[in-house]
Amino acid sequence: MNAEVQKEESMVLQKKMIGEHFETLSKSAENGRKVVYTFVPGNLNELILAFDLLPVHPEVNALQSGMRKLSGDYIQEAEKQGHSEDVCTYVKCDIGMLKKGNIGPTGEKLPPPDLLLLSYTGCFTFMKWFELLKQEYGCPVVMLQVPYQAEGKITASQREFVARQLRDVVVPALEEVSGKKLDEDRLKELLASSARAEDDLVYVWESAKHKPSPIDAYFGGVYYIGPIFTAFRGLPSCEAYYRELRREVDFRIAHGMGPTTPEGELRQQKYRIVVEGPPNWTSFRDFWKIFHDEGVVMVASTYTKVGGLYEQGFRHDPARPFETLAEYCLGCYTNRNLPARVDIIAKYVEEYEADGILFNSIKSCNSFSAGQLMMLRELEKRTGKAGAFIESDLVDPRYFSAANIKNRLESYFQMLEAKRQAA
Amino acid sequence: MGTQDIIDRCERIYRDLDFGYVHEWKARTGGKAVGFMPVYVPRELIHAAGILPVGIMGGGDDVEIIRGDAYFQSYICHIPRSTVELGLAGKLDVLDGMLFPAICDVIRNLSGMWQMMFAHKYVRYLDFPQTFNDAGREFYRAEMAELLVDLEALSGIQATPERLNASIALYNANRRALAELYDLRSAEPQRVPTSELYLLLRAGNVLEVSEHTAMLQQYLAAARLSQRPLRDNVRVVATGLFCEQPPLSMVRAMENSGCYIVDDDWVLGARYQLHDTATGANPLGAIVDAYMSDTVATATRYVEGDDKGAFLVEQVRSRNAEGVIFAAASFCDPALLDRPMGQKALADAGIPYTAFTYSENTGQVQVIKEQAGTFADSIKLWGAVA
Ligand code: SF4
Ligand code: SF4
Repeated sequence: MNAEVQKEESMVLQKKMIGEHFETLSKSAENGRKVVYTFVPGNLNELILAFDLLPVHPEVNALQSGMRKLSGDYIQEAEKQGHSEDVCTYVKCDIGMLKKGNIGPTGEKLPPPDLLLLSYTGCFTFMKWFELLKQEYGCPVVMLQVPYQAEGKITASQREFVARQLRDVVVPALEEVSGKKLDEDRLKELLASSARAEDDLVYVWESAKHKPSPIDAYFGGVYYIGPIFTAFRGLPSCEAYYRELRREVDFRIAHGMGPTTPEGELRQQKYRIVVEGPPNWTSFRDFWKIFHDEGVVMVASTYTKVGGLYEQGFRHDPARPFETLAEYCLGCYTNRNLPARVDIIAKYVEEYEADGILFNSIKSCNSFSAGQLMMLRELEKRTGKAGAFIESDLVDPRYFSAANIKNRLESYFQMLEAKRQAA
Repeated sequence: MGTQDIIDRCERIYRDLDFGYVHEWKARTGGKAVGFMPVYVPRELIHAAGILPVGIMGGGDDVEIIRGDAYFQSYICHIPRSTVELGLAGKLDVLDGMLFPAICDVIRNLSGMWQMMFAHKYVRYLDFPQTFNDAGREFYRAEMAELLVDLEALSGIQATPERLNASIALYNANRRALAELYDLRSAEPQRVPTSELYLLLRAGNVLEVSEHTAMLQQYLAAARLSQRPLRDNVRVVATGLFCEQPPLSMVRAMENSGCYIVDDDWVLGARYQLHDTATGANPLGAIVDAYMSDTVATATRYVEGDDKGAFLVEQVRSRNAEGVIFAAASFCDPALLDRPMGQKALADAGIPYTAFTYSENTGQVQVIKEQAGTFADSIKLWGAVA
């Protein structure tokens, strides 16, 4: 079996999972399945699945619209409806998509939500987003507030606050919409499955310590997080995906191979970079190519931790279902304070032996972006590595200036080269 | 003292980015001072621990951004930039700590920056419940109890129930005086120009509460006697200005455009609660209760149920206003994402509105004046036609 077939398999698996999920969603009305819209960071997938509900993640629809070059129109549609140019474009992309018929990433119509599960983790905009959707759909909303780790740790009172809301508010709301009582044994099974998939994902992340790195932890990484951060965590298909992914990574390590990219295998790895911030989706391939052409491999990224920092040891724990869900919600990356985020990145630079640090500051996203320039300066001081700072947007093509970004990055790579020569 | 003398003093306080009053208060009392960002913090707790609460609302249009630009990306509101500028210039050194209430991701992240920039100072992010049930109440009570322990350690003064009750009573009196001021402006807008009301509010960010209440009462007495002609202006509510503030020149431009602003949400923290906080055996519990169930609706606070926008419509009705001006800081996600929902509620209620954005250092006040003026004219015309 050659390397490409190995690579293919996990991608095929993921594509199939997504296809089936959206097909099930499109038939939800016929099959009497209820639909819950909820956000990616710190999501409660196991709990949703325990009630046999179908999750939809508006951010995923937005990013898919970005990749399929539809987001520009959607955003303009929302702006025509009175939304400001200044605000988060994920929200506008979602609202524009809804206004234009709510056609999902696979071309099938998305069902409206029976419940909006507002898990309010790591971003204030989520609250406004679902207030807006509530007006559009007129369905119930249940809020799960997740406090911020302002001191860089989870306190007992925070854990209890979240767990109590789960018991007192979220479970009853899910029981009501599904018409079922919570089956705790089923929930525990799902949680145990999540933990197994999480083990394999951590193995994949840490494989980037190899030289050459067998993965690209940012551009490739956004595919690797697909199943675990969305509708599949807790399911056997998710476990199977990560087992396969791990096998492929092992294969590449054994053969000294780099990651497969759209431009082919990245074998010659000149620079190893750690990335902070989400990618741009509207020019994703072009963006990736800039790095590929320079022989740059991303060895660690923070964006791929928005749904959990498993490498720090967290695993869903079936023995304490509500507490573990609470810790999961509390632990995602954007729920950590800035000093903690600096620590995380500094550690990546050291452990993954990175040559530099890249910040992609997203116009839309204050949750990530506010304060990033200061983080970068701190990191340069602490690690001695050079940093680059570029600005773009998630899904608004008006804010991706290819020439500008390319120029900046080229001079950055020249600087890295000069630093290397001088060393 | 006439209104002009009071307002002159307020303007001096507003323009004083060295916080002379705070220096002087600390020297006089030997007490500590703690700053807080918009929108709301329970100032009663700070006061009861013997500390002067100081509202920080950025640098306005008086501060030149030299260092602050190196800390923030292009697409962000202005208040964090100027606040960092003030901090790095040493203007906030007089503060013994800073509180960052949970209102948006910008202020949230600014709390972490402050932790890194001023590691030797007391810095606390205050998480507020967005879920108004028992779990939220319990969490908030624990947050407030922790804050109180911190404040007591900072000042060395125990916030006993007696002290808490005394502080609550002082802030109740202050809220009542402000309510009186707002009611007078609404009833007789010619007596209370909005720019004067605004400066009075801003003075309350800095002055010790009893001094501020006395100032408000003096102003009220003088304003009731003032002789200013009532103009044929339209009555509007201004909304969306709860955090980053417009420059004073813009406030003046708005009121010279043919509008009487009869309600607004600037410096909202001072008027966040609708009624008095109870005094008695459990003052901390009363402060928590007030937060949970007796406040205005604003963009940074989650609205449960179906009455999004109802508060704004009610504000228009109760003030007998004819329209609404949505003014928001550029890049302010909470205000700008809230806006379409407020507009929908107004449209359903048949209330006209206009909208624009600003920045605290905006120089474009003429454009804003013209827009507000056109809005006022269209209401007059619409009113005449109807
Ligand atoms: S602000 Fe950022 S985290 Fe929040 S919804 Fe927008 S893109 Fe997502
Ligand atoms: S102006 Fe708006 S976005 Fe900026 S700090 Fe204030 S509330 Fe946050």
